[in-house]
Amino acid sequence: MKLSYEWLKEWVDVPWDAAELGARLTMAGFELEGIEACAHDSILALKVMPNRGDAMSVLGVAREVAALAGKVMKGPAIAPVSVEITDTFPVHVEAPVACPTFVGRVIRGVNNRVTTPAWMQARLQAAELRSVSPIVDVTNYVLLELGQPMHAYDFATLRGEIRVRHARAAERLQLLDSRTVALEPDMLVIADREAAVGLAGIMGGARTAVAAETRDVFLESAYFSDDAIRGRARRLGLQTDASQHFERGVDPTLQRRAIERASALLIEIAGGRAGPITALESAAHQPLRPEVLVRRTQLARLLGATIGPQEVEGALSALQMHVRSVATGWQVTPPAHRFDITIESDLIEEVARMVGYAAIPEREGTASHHFRALSGAQPAEAAVLEVMAARGYHEAINYSFVDPQLQLRLFPERASVALANPIASDLSVMRVSLWPGLLRTVAENQRRQQERIRLLEHGVCFRVETSTTLEVDMLAAVACGPRLPEQWGLPRDMRVAVDFFDLKADLEALLAATGAEGDFAFEPAELSCLHPGRAARVLRQGGPVGWLGELHPVLVRELDFTYTPVLFELDFYDALRLERAPFSDVSRFPLVRRDLAIVVDENVSLSALRERVVLSSSSLLAQCRVFDVYRGPGLETGTKSIALGLIFQDLSRTLTDEDVDSNVASIIVGLRASLNAKIRE
Amino acid sequence: MNDPADLVARALAEVASSADLAGLDAVRVRWLGKKGELTAALKLLGALPAAARPAAGQAINAAKERVQTALEARRVELESRQVDRELIAGRIDVTLPGRGEERGGLHPVTQARLRIEALFGRAGFDIAVGPEIEDDFHNFAALNIPENHPARAMHDTFYFPDGRLLRTHTSPVQIRAMLARGAPLAVIAPGRVYRCDHDVTHSPMFHQLEGLVVDENVSFANLKAVLHGFLGAFFERELAMRLRPSYFPFTEPSAEVDMSCVFCGGSGCRICKHTGWLEIAGCGMVHPNVLSASGVDPERYTGYAFGAGIDRLAMLRYGVNDLRLFFENDLRFLRQFRAF
Repeated sequence: MKLSYEWLKEWVDVPWDAAELGARLTMAGFELEGIEACAHDSILALKVMPNRGDAMSVLGVAREVAALAGKVMKGPAIAPVSVEITDTFPVHVEAPVACPTFVGRVIRGVNNRVTTPAWMQARLQAAELRSVSPIVDVTNYVLLELGQPMHAYDFATLRGEIRVRHARAAERLQLLDSRTVALEPDMLVIADREAAVGLAGIMGGARTAVAAETRDVFLESAYFSDDAIRGRARRLGLQTDASQHFERGVDPTLQRRAIERASALLIEIAGGRAGPITALESAAHQPLRPEVLVRRTQLARLLGATIGPQEVEGALSALQMHVRSVATGWQVTPPAHRFDITIESDLIEEVARMVGYAAIPEREGTASHHFRALSGAQPAEAAVLEVMAARGYHEAINYSFVDPQLQLRLFPERASVALANPIASDLSVMRVSLWPGLLRTVAENQRRQQERIRLLEHGVCFRVETSTTLEVDMLAAVACGPRLPEQWGLPRDMRVAVDFFDLKADLEALLAATGAEGDFAFEPAELSCLHPGRAARVLRQGGPVGWLGELHPVLVRELDFTYTPVLFELDFYDALRLERAPFSDVSRFPLVRRDLAIVVDENVSLSALRERVVLSSSSLLAQCRVFDVYRGPGLETGTKSIALGLIFQDLSRTLTDEDVDSNVASIIVGLRASLNAKIRE
Repeated sequence: MNDPADLVARALAEVASSADLAGLDAVRVRWLGKKGELTAALKLLGALPAAARPAAGQAINAAKERVQTALEARRVELESRQVDRELIAGRIDVTLPGRGEERGGLHPVTQARLRIEALFGRAGFDIAVGPEIEDDFHNFAALNIPENHPARAMHDTFYFPDGRLLRTHTSPVQIRAMLARGAPLAVIAPGRVYRCDHDVTHSPMFHQLEGLVVDENVSFANLKAVLHGFLGAFFERELAMRLRPSYFPFTEPSAEVDMSCVFCGGSGCRICKHTGWLEIAGCGMVHPNVLSASGVDPERYTGYAFGAGIDRLAMLRYGVNDLRLFFENDLRFLRQFRAF
């Protein structure tokens, strides 16, 4: 809110200049957001938190300043204006819970064409309110000064009576801003005999609005309970000064004072004669301010500081609380305007606020040496990311919501959840994979002339199950562009774009770090966004934990990638869960190596070949490596030659030629029989 | 018979003029080999009178020894020259870049988060987590923010059609942690949060750090000590800190946390809007309603909670001046964060 320093001084003796005042208010919970100097005044922009509706006025801030500075409130005398006419208007309150107090009065003979005096215009302008007419300006002025929202009706347009009631089904109302709104039964309206003429506590209606020619007005100064106003304005897409005040709580004792203040100002500026006040005050529905007990022990315990009884009593009394000392502490009754004080902690905060948070010492808690579990299976995030960083990947953080079109194009088989109120249509569905975000980031980096891109991301994806949305922690990587950074001395075959096997090596490096390398398998599988012949499901002990593959060539073209992106994605925990394999002995005897070049049909996979080799040999086979894969001249079309390095070793003795020969012979027999393999000489 | 001295002189001359190890070996064979000249001279001793033999033999042996010594010296010299030549031939430009892959790196927000997790871990805090798609209960109601509460206007919430929402803060993890673990507990909950707000200083997705300590006598004084300790440790310097009264529905008392500006040290600059202070966190003592909603007896236990922006901490630590850079993932930006 904007606060005039000079106006404030009419209400309390401020012992500080504007800057010092701002600093003091900041440290009391009203943050100074700026000071603007203008002619003969300084305007402070203060942040008032939503629980302090009582401070959204000159009067309210003056109360705080009086408490902080130890001053007594003063303020312009507000005496009842002299009643010169007898006109009244009937008021019925049908909803006293929502409207415990309604004060109204007729003022006749106002000249609403006069110009509002400059001093008042200046104060309104400082609060960013435009001067409209004396009647409107006076109600706004009283709102700024006292925090009481008021409304003025053109008396000539009111028919029969004022009735405070809830809106009827399908009732409509044209508002002051000429918008017509559909009312709902929990909305409170001010009606006359014919129809609703205003949305209570939010905005008046168009039909009864004052105009330049208005001569007679009916002034309304009511107390609507916060519960009756909250949320309604927002539902209608409205936010007004009045609704903001009522939602946060208006002083329920203020209505007569406010109407007298407004009457006096209006008559002074625009003339007119006031009728008697009509006041409907339902004693049974006034908000209660029950006594709250503040225990000395709880005060000390919660703050961790000892504050003397005089200080406590002084602080609370200065805030216009009624303080009664009892054996365990104090019984405190907050003033009517403090809607925010309902429990002991609220008052402890008030005490702390008044003595200043700086007065509370810093005290370390007692240390506990309780050991918390450290799971040996949980992969350390930093270590996982570091493996990838060391292999050239940069970690990206993309939004969790992505472009629905791109996601659908990539994952037509996966259901996703959409936001009801996205910030943009291309950021409107929750990601089902990290790939949509990563591919978009690749495209943007390509646009920024980055030729070689390696990105990594770790985060939650949203998998839709029948009745719920699972949040799955995923890790994904994408690489595209040259296999290695541009550099000197690279052999020709290293100067190509990354492919499946480059990424597979990076993935295998991660999987090896689980300590359970042998548990993983890559199974040819299809995923619609991947090249059908260059995609694999990653299995761990037979269960799916991720995908690896090259982006489908159609998508590469569609999305305009210069190089084919190669991607993998893992379920972070399932794929990277750590295992501690038991230690196994290391042989002290020499190894023997035999190389075999085996020609097989193109569709025989290495894993099938390797499986057959292992099954056909004895336990002396320690390792089976692939050191070449060849296709071309010398081989039949549709076949390939795989060169295997077979390593034999025993834990207890040096192997003989016969040991090795018999193993190799049995491997050859096995391969010929089951895979129709030929041994290349 | 030739004079041994003469032979030696010739042999030494040949040794000295041999240019490489092969040439030197030829010299050795010619003079000291089985058919070498000095070997031959020794064989000729038999032809001398017996009296002259010892002296002549001695002279020849001395000559052989001299040649042998010279050969050895020359060999060492030539070998050393050979090594020198190889070394010269093998010289490389050590300023050429190394071959292979270059290093990537972790996102600066992740780096800041890992640092925060490490610091709080050393101070005895566990890490708690919660879902990013939340329900009204955990995100609002249990945090003492009933429907239509004005504080809801402070959160621009992303909703799903079924009423679920993207968490607007990490505070719902407080509720989940207390419901799951009960008191006492000390946790931090770093994570992504969402608000439908997008401009120069707001991102629709950002990262928050939540902290929660609940025990029998936890106080505001403890909260101050932990926050001050953390800020000093995170920024690795002594910083002034102040708490200002504020309002959060889920804490009472509540405070905003300011620290002295890390750029100007508190004297006032553009970054701190010439106040000398940077707003860095919100905090307070857990509201009794929140403890109750989480199954913790507010009479027996007290607690404190705090929330800070991890992105903001990262911006201040790394001197990044625009929040949006964190989510653009421009490689030229990311490459600046390769350090561990």
